[in-house]
Amino acid sequence: MTNVNEVATSLPLTHARPASGSRVELDQLVRVYGSVRALDGFSLTIEPGEFVALLGPSGCGKTTVLRQIAGFEQLDSGRVLVNGQDLSNVSAQKRDMGMVFQSYSLFPNMNAINNVAFGLRMRHQRSSQRLAKAAEVLEMVGLSDQAKKYPHQMSGGQQQRVALARALAIEPQVLLLDEPLSALDAKVRAELRDQIRMLQKRLSITTIFVTHDQEEALSMADRVCVMSKGRIEQMATPAVLYRHPNTAFVAQFVGVSSRVPTLYRGGNVDIFGQSCVVRGDERLSDGAEVDAILRPEDLSIEPDPHGVGFVTHKSFLGATTRLVVQVRETPVRIDVRSDQGEELELGAHVNVKVISRDVLVAPRVVSDAGSVNP
Amino acid sequence: MASIGVPIGDFISEEETGIERPTPLPGARKRRRRFSVWRFIVLFVAGAYFLIPIVAGLKFSLQDIGGHFSFQAIQNLPSAPGFSGAFWLSMRLAIVTLVVSTLLMVPTTIYVHLRLPRMRRLMEFITILPIVIPPIVIIAGILPAAPLWAKSSPYLLSFLYVILSMPFIYRSLDAGLSAIDLKTLVEAARSLGASWIRTLTQVILPNLRPALLSAMVLTLALVLGEFTMASLDLWTTIPVWIVQFNTATSGHVQTAASMLGLIGTWVFLTIIVSIDRSESRKSRRKTGTL
Repeated sequence: MTNVNEVATSLPLTHARPASGSRVELDQLVRVYGSVRALDGFSLTIEPGEFVALLGPSGCGKTTVLRQIAGFEQLDSGRVLVNGQDLSNVSAQKRDMGMVFQSYSLFPNMNAINNVAFGLRMRHQRSSQRLAKAAEVLEMVGLSDQAKKYPHQMSGGQQQRVALARALAIEPQVLLLDEPLSALDAKVRAELRDQIRMLQKRLSITTIFVTHDQEEALSMADRVCVMSKGRIEQMATPAVLYRHPNTAFVAQFVGVSSRVPTLYRGGNVDIFGQSCVVRGDERLSDGAEVDAILRPEDLSIEPDPHGVGFVTHKSFLGATTRLVVQVRETPVRIDVRSDQGEELELGAHVNVKVISRDVLVAPRVVSDAGSVNP
Repeated sequence: MASIGVPIGDFISEEETGIERPTPLPGARKRRRRFSVWRFIVLFVAGAYFLIPIVAGLKFSLQDIGGHFSFQAIQNLPSAPGFSGAFWLSMRLAIVTLVVSTLLMVPTTIYVHLRLPRMRRLMEFITILPIVIPPIVIIAGILPAAPLWAKSSPYLLSFLYVILSMPFIYRSLDAGLSAIDLKTLVEAARSLGASWIRTLTQVILPNLRPALLSAMVLTLALVLGEFTMASLDLWTTIPVWIVQFNTATSGHVQTAASMLGLIGTWVFLTIIVSIDRSESRKSRRKTGTL
């Protein structure tokens, strides 16, 4: 079987846009559905050739942003600019955007090559020219042997690759990906994820990728825009987003974290008897009740028969094992090396230590203690 | 997406797979036999219900007055007074009805699916009204209100037939549109640079063809069989002619006309389906058409 990623990197794309993509500016986008503000003054600038992921929970407005860029919906206010040109009142037909949808969007009445050539046909290219281009792009996604197959004769992964080829064939200014991997099984998803990233880098095409899967966003994007309630919570590189979340929402949404209730005193908080510096310039009064937000790798354990915590869950993750340790009323997730994790039995007593330099705090959230999903 | 495959089990024998199929229990076997007997009885009764009148009609139309086998009734049909006029009028009305219904209902149904999905219930209600309201009420209401130029034209009937055919056309198109992911297909086509017209003609309609064809066949059957409105509007269509035609051998000729109408509809249906199949086959064979 052909490795599609090898194919993607080895083939020349004669029609590939030589320029380094388009600059996209979203300026104060507002979209209201009844009483819901799906977009609430959303502003974002995407540099040419950049791969940006819009990440957030369902209903946060990420798909609405994409649909506004594609021109499928009217804005209530704000502007969409591509290379400085205001497209807010330009129809979807004339925006020159390539889009891959969540659901399989191939035209059922056309085979793979005709699907890919459709956009070129709409651009009045000559038959021989567009078929040659379509064949080339199909080869680029590793599907040249499927050119004559109809959508119902292809697997979901193949259909999405044809849809990607169809979007790329028109050499769009911007590539829009609306959760294109969510309907695929894990193996195909991982393969296609790598392929999309590889093609995007090779073609230097500005790409906006909508997902609710943080793993996809962190592994693929140059920058990730975490959204909540129609606004940006934080926009940063995956590493910064993970290591230095600006808000409790980002810390909780990106990666795994545990909330430990504590009290704020003079820029420090006490966590399991250990004084830790609070990250950032939190404006809190002394004695304020807060939650410290801790990543599994921010903590370490030491087995101790008289320790304050005990192991309640163990999840083997390969090189590491994730433990859930109950410390008084608070369950915390801690990653340890798997050989260390194997030695610990459920119920084993341990001491928990904070090993990160500083910690993020957020206003106290009252919840049912003891329920944690490892 | 609808699966068009055949269960794998139908292709692979037990020898090939090495998997033995479980032997059905005796009770299950008996139940299955009883079920297939019932299925046969239901099929037989339903078949008899539909076929006996048709066979009887065909037999009667192929007999002379003496009850002997003869094509005389069919041979006499084209020369029967008023038949050709009625036939061509029915054909013209059918064509106008098909064109107007299609032009009206296809964009409307697509628009409702795309932009006003909440209105689908209302549309269903509106389009079912022609079934609830008897044709005689519709024609009795429209004739006094229609202007003279409309009353003097047979094509007023076509517009009434459009109303009558709405339930069939809307339901066929609605089912066809529900079977495809219309919104995504339209958005995909638009983002690739297709205008609304090209989206309609190159993406939506080809995928709506079976639904459209069934809607057209139902409309045709309805138009060719409608009597009440044509009779009250004083236009002699085929059904009106069948009732009005009266000679010594009229029984046989009338029945022959009815049978020809029925066979004509079948032939038309077969032609449309054959064209559709050959077009699909052709478009599948041609990969370099774009």
